[in-house]
Amino acid sequence: MNEKPDKLIDKKGIRLDGRKADELRPVKLQVGVLSHADGSAYIEHGKNKILVGVFGPREVHPKHLMQPDRMVLKVRYHMAPFSVQERKSPAPSRREVELSKVIKESLEPALFLELYPRTGVDVFIEVLQADGGTRCAAITAAALAIADAGVPMRDLVVGCAAGKVDDTVVLDLYDAEDKLGAADVPVAYMPALNAITLLQMDGILEPAEFEKAVGMAMEGCKKIYEMQKEALKTKYMVVKEVEE
Amino acid sequence: MSSLVTKVRLKQIEQLLEKGKRLDDRGLLDTREIKIEQGLIEKAEGSARVFLGKTEVLVGVKVGLGEPFPDTPNDGVLTVNAELVPLASPNFEPGPPDESSIELARVVDRGIRESKCVDTEKLCIEPGKKVFVVFVDIYVLNHDGNLIDAAALAAMAALINTKMPNYEIKDGELKMKQGYTQLPLKSHPITVTTGKINNRLIIDPWIEEEQVMDSRITFATKEDGTICAIQKGGSSYFTPQQILEASKIALDKAAELRKKLDW
Repeated sequence: MNEKPDKLIDKKGIRLDGRKADELRPVKLQVGVLSHADGSAYIEHGKNKILVGVFGPREVHPKHLMQPDRMVLKVRYHMAPFSVQERKSPAPSRREVELSKVIKESLEPALFLELYPRTGVDVFIEVLQADGGTRCAAITAAALAIADAGVPMRDLVVGCAAGKVDDTVVLDLYDAEDKLGAADVPVAYMPALNAITLLQMDGILEPAEFEKAVGMAMEGCKKIYEMQKEALKTKYMVVKEVEE
Repeated sequence: MSSLVTKVRLKQIEQLLEKGKRLDDRGLLDTREIKIEQGLIEKAEGSARVFLGKTEVLVGVKVGLGEPFPDTPNDGVLTVNAELVPLASPNFEPGPPDESSIELARVVDRGIRESKCVDTEKLCIEPGKKVFVVFVDIYVLNHDGNLIDAAALAAMAALINTKMPNYEIKDGELKMKQGYTQLPLKSHPITVTTGKINNRLIIDPWIEEEQVMDSRITFATKEDGTICAIQKGGSSYFTPQQILEASKIALDKAAELRKKLDW
């Protein structure tokens, strides 16, 4: 990366990538992009490119993980070696293990686990290109892929981060802001239920700034939520003409 | 625990919580008794053992020499690792670290790192070439719940207890000298975890509560009342109001504990 610039936000409140403080990066969503997975989705969130495949409900492997009273959700968050500036070893890092866990726990509240005893659902997340905020974008896509697999859900889960750059609370940090900024607050949210299912933070925030960041992230989530619903409609609400 | 026992226990805990009580006679926002011993491992540069009720965590700090990371040539290196030792719980198994121990280590690490607790610039010997490396190893010896708070407390107590070897550079050669100096610390983050059971918030959940808990949220805070790390865990959710409530509880409890420990 280049030298750290003096200011990440200019006098007019415009960020290095040209966005305003409360502006999202462009988001593109696609549902049903893999033919062999039971459900799948693809997200482009800024320069993040993430593919998610879902299998199940199906038998649990290995068998000892099977639960007699509920479904087992397994999540693997994995980054491609070419997804970042310096090649990342394909072996799972400690960061990926932790993210897999928190992403799983962000999706579980949306599922009726107790209605599918002795079964498992596997969610495979492959980050093809990373540019900050991959866990949030991955959650947005994973929720779509689970819905695409036909697994009943209480609500879609949306991920979006907010944070602090220079002295300003901003929405949806990209890589440079994440690395050089003061704090990053990834949030996952179920808008219809007003429920936060993932919340992490690193960096330093005053309690008031923290409250503002969570509020801003939730607003970002609501915007992406509309796009998620559109993406599902695009796949499932098309009327196809069948040729005789 | 079998799911039937869990369900019976959950009912009992929920009924108690409605009356503002807990299985072990604590109030909803009471911490278990805290006991800290420092410097009990002589071969480590720093160590501390923390009892949080019956939960017992030992942290050893080793200080060694190594190379800095290329992107931070002027900073010493800090690494945090956690072992869920099999003797601590029937549910811990030997083998490579699983997601729970990795999460534990990374949450404790985040609190220490983001608060800039260890003054890593002072650990630099020769920029880009030689720095001190501080290894913080968390050893869970008895798991009776709330490992995050116990481990964060033990890690901080061990860092306060840590001494670094004195050194000098003569003709470009690094030479160790007699004596030790205190590890340079800039702040003392305190971590408070709040659990949610049936929409009620409790702090310092012990094992019986953890087994039936919906979810938890951990806040690490600094002396000046700022927040430096957060982690939500568990298979349920929090409402935005509950999150704010938990953050206030964490700030209050940390201030209380800070006074008691004089950190």
